[in-house]
Amino acid sequence: MSVIDSTALDNIELLRFITAGSVDDGKSTLIGRLLHDSKSIFEDQLSAITHTTSKRGMKGVDLSLLTDGLQAEREQGITIDVAYRYFATPKRKFIIADTPGHEQYTRNMVTGASTANLAIILIDARKGVLVQSRRHTYLASLVGIPHLVVAVNKMDLVDYSREVFERICRDFAAFAEELKLHNITYIPMSALNGDMVVERGDNLSWYEGVTLMDLLENIPIDHDINLVDFRFPVQLVCRPQTEELHDFRGYMGRIESGSIQVGDAVTVFPSGLTSRIKEIVTYDGPLDHAIAPQSVTLTIEDHLDISRGDMLVKTEQKPQVVKEFEAMLCWLSEQALDPKRKYLVKHTTRIVKALVSRINYRVDVNTLNREAVDIFRMNDIGRVTLKVQQPLVCDDYERNHATGSFIVIDEASNNTVAAGMICPLEG
Amino acid sequence: MDIILSDMQEFITPVPNFVMKSEPIVIKRRTARQLGHLDALESESIHILREVAAECANPALLFSGGKDSIVLLRLAEKAFRPGRFPFPLLHIDTGHNFPEVIEFRDRRAQQLGERLIVRSMEDSIRQGRVVLRSENQSRNAFQSVTLLDAIAEFRFDACIGGARRDEEKARAKERIFSFRDEFGQWDPKNQRPELWDIYNTRVHAGENIRVFPISNWTELDVWEYIAREQLEVPHIYFAHTREVIRRGTGLLPVSHLVQPKDGEQSENIMVRFRTVGDMSCTCPVESTATSVDEIIAETAITRITERGATRMDDQTSDASMELRKKEGYF
Repeated sequence: MSVIDSTALDNIELLRFITAGSVDDGKSTLIGRLLHDSKSIFEDQLSAITHTTSKRGMKGVDLSLLTDGLQAEREQGITIDVAYRYFATPKRKFIIADTPGHEQYTRNMVTGASTANLAIILIDARKGVLVQSRRHTYLASLVGIPHLVVAVNKMDLVDYSREVFERICRDFAAFAEELKLHNITYIPMSALNGDMVVERGDNLSWYEGVTLMDLLENIPIDHDINLVDFRFPVQLVCRPQTEELHDFRGYMGRIESGSIQVGDAVTVFPSGLTSRIKEIVTYDGPLDHAIAPQSVTLTIEDHLDISRGDMLVKTEQKPQVVKEFEAMLCWLSEQALDPKRKYLVKHTTRIVKALVSRINYRVDVNTLNREAVDIFRMNDIGRVTLKVQQPLVCDDYERNHATGSFIVIDEASNNTVAAGMICPLEG
Repeated sequence: MDIILSDMQEFITPVPNFVMKSEPIVIKRRTARQLGHLDALESESIHILREVAAECANPALLFSGGKDSIVLLRLAEKAFRPGRFPFPLLHIDTGHNFPEVIEFRDRRAQQLGERLIVRSMEDSIRQGRVVLRSENQSRNAFQSVTLLDAIAEFRFDACIGGARRDEEKARAKERIFSFRDEFGQWDPKNQRPELWDIYNTRVHAGENIRVFPISNWTELDVWEYIAREQLEVPHIYFAHTREVIRRGTGLLPVSHLVQPKDGEQSENIMVRFRTVGDMSCTCPVESTATSVDEIIAETAITRITERGATRMDDQTSDASMELRKKEGYF
């Protein structure tokens, strides 16, 4: 029995990733392999899938069954978007957003990708870069996933050929160039046999790069959030009004990006009023400074009218204040976009009424061609112009995911119908 | 001022040089700019709790005295102090709870100075709202009736619970803000997409949402947090000698609800509980862990899922949890 040092476990990093690829690419087998070889599969899960494998008349353990879905899915042959899976190694904790499915792919992948540090694009070595590989890569770039891994899988079926791998890498690189994607790692592997997933295996000795697990455990992710611009959307105002805290007025929220110190000059948006940070209050005592993504309570030197939906920023790091802006919109609802209707936009902690004033174009996710359309249906992605009733305090999505993203809510059904990413503002 | 983008260029792998070069990514640069996983999870949970408080008109926090809801209470303290909790605590008492857990529940609520509402399944049974086949039958599945009645009585529009996605595969697909219709039902095909951490909390009158702030925590994270925060937990979580019966693959604690059947022999062994639910179906595991650190060590190397080890009712069928959730179970 190995002794686990609990203090060592206490402060490791958390990496969130997504796997993109269809069942045929061996996605489920890859996830199963990662869990299995990192000893993250429990005995009762393993015995259940061993049982199912033999019931289906097959030998051994079909690792893809680990990601098998719900009864409702099996009965109806449908897949219900994103399932989250968890595993850990001594170096890091991992959250996998597992997005199955063929038809609903855009919607599912955008959902899973929105919180991911890294995407694994699976490519079948026999088939090379397909239309769907391009689609997955485009979606990963659209949502701005910081790190991309191209996993060239099923190398066992092409005799572990170095030439095949290099050709696929060249094809992919040419396509990635079009998308201005640079931060890509290519790994040849066989998820079925376990080569280059967790173990190096004996079959790919010509490959000197990292294994997938090496990469997942070591890739630096501390630059994945904007560390420069201090953005603090106010969630709640805390006024206990008790005897000893009679005048306490704290602004509760999470630092979405950047950092803050006691004494820093801050501006409140959209009002534009300024003050200085007096205290950074936490349950565990006051702090001198705090960083994203900490949740804290801030007090300021002056008595200003601040409420939920307002944003505190460092005075020298101004955000944009907009009433009309362009955004990439991913339509998620079965009910199509109706440009005549008003929707609600939830952006940081602010909810405003909004109108899609223009559909600029739709992107064909397979060819990346832009098409003129009048309407967005489920899984459509494109650029629109939005008008909002009250101004949004924002940055463009590329610069700051937290202040550049929003969801669109249908006021009648209360459903979330679209996800949006604010485009760079001109001028 | 493109500092972020140019910073990222540092470790960009040049595309044309992909072949077989050892990638420049194995340099571990851990700085104070990155929060550890417990801090990151804690901050995410606080953010979720504050969103519920800000956007929902009348939420409640489900507190059972179990370890997950103990963690939730600490997170609520972190989210709302120096203010009071903007919601009451609610417990659905099955009448089959371990007495020491009930004692702990009351004491903890009192320490916090927060309001605790208890609604009991015994009342639902007396009113004929719940009909059991036998007195000793597991009451886990029937909690939903009492819970839905309590939601209607107090007009709660959001119930905050301690469920985690790593518990079970129906949970793995659960949203953090999980929408329920006016019958309290979960429709897995009709869940709202959840992107980034922008949560849609809107419901029509009569509908409600269940909110799971520790969705992304694992069993190990929970115990590590209990250790770090030095949280008290009911002592049945620690190894103790208990009279049990071996039934199927599990151990059942002997109580007034569970007695040996013909041919079964009870025995006294060292066990601890990994969950503390309905006494008639919550199985302890063999263990010698008498401290939180020892539980962490056991959990880190454990080979069986939490529900697989401890819940008889989840072993009935492959889809037990999924079915219960559709009926309004937490």
